[in-house]
Amino acid sequence: MTSSMAPGNAQTSTWILRLGKVVRAMASRPSGAIGLVIVLIHLFIAVSSPWLVPFDYKAISSLLILSPPDAVHWWGTDHLGRDVFTRTLLGGREAILVTLIATPLAVAWGGFIGIYLGLVGGKLDDVLMRLVDAFLALPWILKMLLMIATFGTGLGVLIPTLAFFYGIPVIRIARAAAHNVVARDFVLAARARGHGRLSTIGRELLPNVLDALLVEGAMRWSWMLLAFSSLSFFFGIWCIPANARLGSYGGRFANLFGDCPMVGSVPYCSFELTDHRHQPDCRCPRQDPGCRQGTKGANLIWTRIPFCPFETSVLAL
Amino acid sequence: MDKDTVLSFRDLSIGFVSRAGQLLPVLRNIDLQIQRGETVGLVGESGSGKSTLALAAMGYLKAGLQVTGGSVHFGTHDMFGLSRSALEFVRGGKVALVPQNAGQSLTPTLRVGSQILEAVALHSDLPPVEYERRVMALLRQVRMPDPQAMASRYPHELSGGQQQRVAIAMALAGEPDVLLLDEPTTGLDVTTQAHILALLRDINRETQTAMVYVSHDLGAIARVCDRVVVLYAGEMVLAGSARQVLLSPAHPYARGLLNSIPRLSQSSLPEALPGRQPLPGDVGDGCSFVERCALAQPSCRSGRPALQFLPDGAVTRCLFHDRSGEMALTRPARTTALRVGAGATDALSLNQVAISYAQATVMQQLLGRRPDVPHTVADITFSVGAGQTMGLVGESGSGKSSILKALAGLNPPIAGRMSMGADQSLAPHVDQRPPDHLRRVQLIFQNPDDSLNPRHTVAQILAQPLRLYFGLTGEALYQRSIQLLERVRMGAHYLDRLPSQMSGGEKQRVAIARAFAAEPDIVLCDEVTSALDVSVQAAVLDLLNDLKRDKGTTYLFVSHDLAVVRVLADSVAVLYQGRLCEIGPAAEVYAAPFHPYTEVLLGAVLEPVPDKSPILLAEDIVELAPPAEGCAFQRRCPKKVGAICETTAPPWQLSASGHGICCHIARDQLIPATRDAGQHD
Repeated sequence: MTSSMAPGNAQTSTWILRLGKVVRAMASRPSGAIGLVIVLIHLFIAVSSPWLVPFDYKAISSLLILSPPDAVHWWGTDHLGRDVFTRTLLGGREAILVTLIATPLAVAWGGFIGIYLGLVGGKLDDVLMRLVDAFLALPWILKMLLMIATFGTGLGVLIPTLAFFYGIPVIRIARAAAHNVVARDFVLAARARGHGRLSTIGRELLPNVLDALLVEGAMRWSWMLLAFSSLSFFFGIWCIPANARLGSYGGRFANLFGDCPMVGSVPYCSFELTDHRHQPDCRCPRQDPGCRQGTKGANLIWTRIPFCPFETSVLAL
Repeated sequence: MDKDTVLSFRDLSIGFVSRAGQLLPVLRNIDLQIQRGETVGLVGESGSGKSTLALAAMGYLKAGLQVTGGSVHFGTHDMFGLSRSALEFVRGGKVALVPQNAGQSLTPTLRVGSQILEAVALHSDLPPVEYERRVMALLRQVRMPDPQAMASRYPHELSGGQQQRVAIAMALAGEPDVLLLDEPTTGLDVTTQAHILALLRDINRETQTAMVYVSHDLGAIARVCDRVVVLYAGEMVLAGSARQVLLSPAHPYARGLLNSIPRLSQSSLPEALPGRQPLPGDVGDGCSFVERCALAQPSCRSGRPALQFLPDGAVTRCLFHDRSGEMALTRPARTTALRVGAGATDALSLNQVAISYAQATVMQQLLGRRPDVPHTVADITFSVGAGQTMGLVGESGSGKSSILKALAGLNPPIAGRMSMGADQSLAPHVDQRPPDHLRRVQLIFQNPDDSLNPRHTVAQILAQPLRLYFGLTGEALYQRSIQLLERVRMGAHYLDRLPSQMSGGEKQRVAIARAFAAEPDIVLCDEVTSALDVSVQAAVLDLLNDLKRDKGTTYLFVSHDLAVVRVLADSVAVLYQGRLCEIGPAAEVYAAPFHPYTEVLLGAVLEPVPDKSPILLAEDIVELAPPAEGCAFQRRCPKKVGAICETTAPPWQLSASGHGICCHIARDQLIPATRDAGQHD
């Protein structure tokens, strides 16, 4: 028993060591350190918000409708007199939870299919990639609506739906990244040794495609957050009654912006911050000076921020 | 400064700042004057700073590098002090560069004529109406056949040699005073390389352009250069005339380098240079070469040796240069001891093997016909005895690699039989082969950078075949990996390294260890040494030879380098356009009578001997497909008989010892009259 435990422990400790190394590598760069802090703050809030929030998110008060921020209600109240701060924290928590599960699922299935097609090529590749193109040509909101109409609402539908549709673009990225690796001699060497396809994918291709997949995953995560919030915002259909979601919040109150800017803008700002958790893109190998993937995520932040409030008002109109 | 000096490096030092904040030197105190019309060769292993030095002549530094002392002067211009516009005038015009890979340096979407015209417009004072004429003159100057037609082609429509000629024409556009050539023939076929080098010599004579020729290939240097400068770890360790440096080198490093080159005339293993070049910053106080030097004395470790000026005009950075003569330049013949006795059984035999990449058109598929182009590889018949080495020789497109891939099951042949041992067929694709057959045939690739997964440690790399074929895990796997590393003369501490943390030679050793992990009967070696430095190449050849002796492994050794094949092979097959030209015991293939193609190949081999020029028999044209009938070599053959060569496949003429030549000319007529003719030009 002891002997069988030993390697397991050793593995666990090296895993922790490696994680420590990664975190240290991240923190050593300013962009990584800033991103890490932002992520940690969000994760902390997401985990602890039920105990942090000062009010019940359902508590209605006719006396407090649309009140401006004060010492009690920090971010003011909404049209039913509910505390905006409370609802922002809890809404963000749910958005993070849903996308945290759906993103890895999307990257995993899309990544596997993409790498597989990149390796085998041929007719299967031709046919499936045209299918992928067809899916990508459809407006995403239409696809989502179809799923909702067929299977209903709720987290049990929401997560697989997001994971499925956001995995499709990942196929393209993974296939392209795999193509670069498949042409190299070490893949040929593995084939000549007689390794099976799965073993070739797992051992030879995946480690070399992982960079691209992780960056893609980070991007998909933020887009998924946007989609999740947009769906709530646009239709409010997945809202369990009285539950708070960031998007639906902004949507309801877009028309109140003029009278009471606090109601809509505060959840939006917090949504924006939540959206950009793809910062610490530390997979960039240090020995590879040509690798600049890390800047992708950072650029996205600065391009997205000015547009989002704009999107909101357009949608509201 | 001498009036005739066009380029001078004055005490030039270049370095970079490391991550740790230290200034590490890449070049140290280079003092070098280049006269008008002179050709100077810069030689050294990769990482010696030779390319950096050549680029510095253009006032160019790679990102991160900085000049830490001294200067580079072109005429009266200080290249690192020039304004941007003045630099642009000099660079490319008066100091021009011919890059290593012309195929990549030409724009694929522009016709070569307009690319040369661009260079002419930029770098010459001619009126625009004269541009066209100048382009044609330049194409004629680089000996391009039919300049009009060539100018309207795209780069991909030219052969590698022609692309390199276009690159040279572009460099000549501004009538430069100095031409920098950065490994201009590396990657070209031997015959093409010989033609390009002859062209460079002619241009040098016609135009009095000074040339700086950067290469790791002492053979090419010997062919082109008047003066040779040997660089080691960023230092000039030896400089002198080509004859001084190549025939009686007054520095142990140059001796070692020369000794590590395989030569056509010697079938013994070249001597490997032990150790590796220190990285920037790793050079101690003493001589940079001290760790690898056979003549090292305690005094070599205290203080950097100053340049010693020898009476014959050479310059060396060695305290004991007078003793370097003790290191013999010729090697003791070890031939007989190395060879394993002729195997009684055939380990590998091929019979009438044909390989084709042609895809049948839809119409042909409907009619059940095969595509009507000649097969890429056809009629390959040979066998290799157990423990023997067969060398496959030929230029690019000769089908050598296709045969290896067919044997490895990656691209099965469309006809013929391939068998291992007595009757185990190698015809099936890898996916259909039994595991035991897979294990017994292993491949080693040309470039270890490409054949080792960059994300795997050495332990993971070696574990793959060990797990797959023997199911080893845990401690057994670890022990076996260490054994394998020891067998390729590497320590257990390499197990945690990634390929990026090793040198080229170490990587290739790991690749060899991976192949031998399967305990194969047959090892297919695809140009395994051509991506390595000469000093490393010798060590890898030595290792392969030892492994063969210990294990009795059969090698199929593919190379374009006849001298390298000579070292390892017991028998040799010469291929042209996928057809066998000549086959037989190595000693007989390398001696008359020759197949005309073998003669062309042997004539084009460059040896590091000055005053000995290759014999250029055939044109360096490139054929895209083999001829439909007759002899494969008919279009380039210098000894073509006549119509019979185009219509009838030549017969095999066999000697008693099994040496065969496939030619219409009788064996006794295939002995070259005077092998020495034309050796002095």
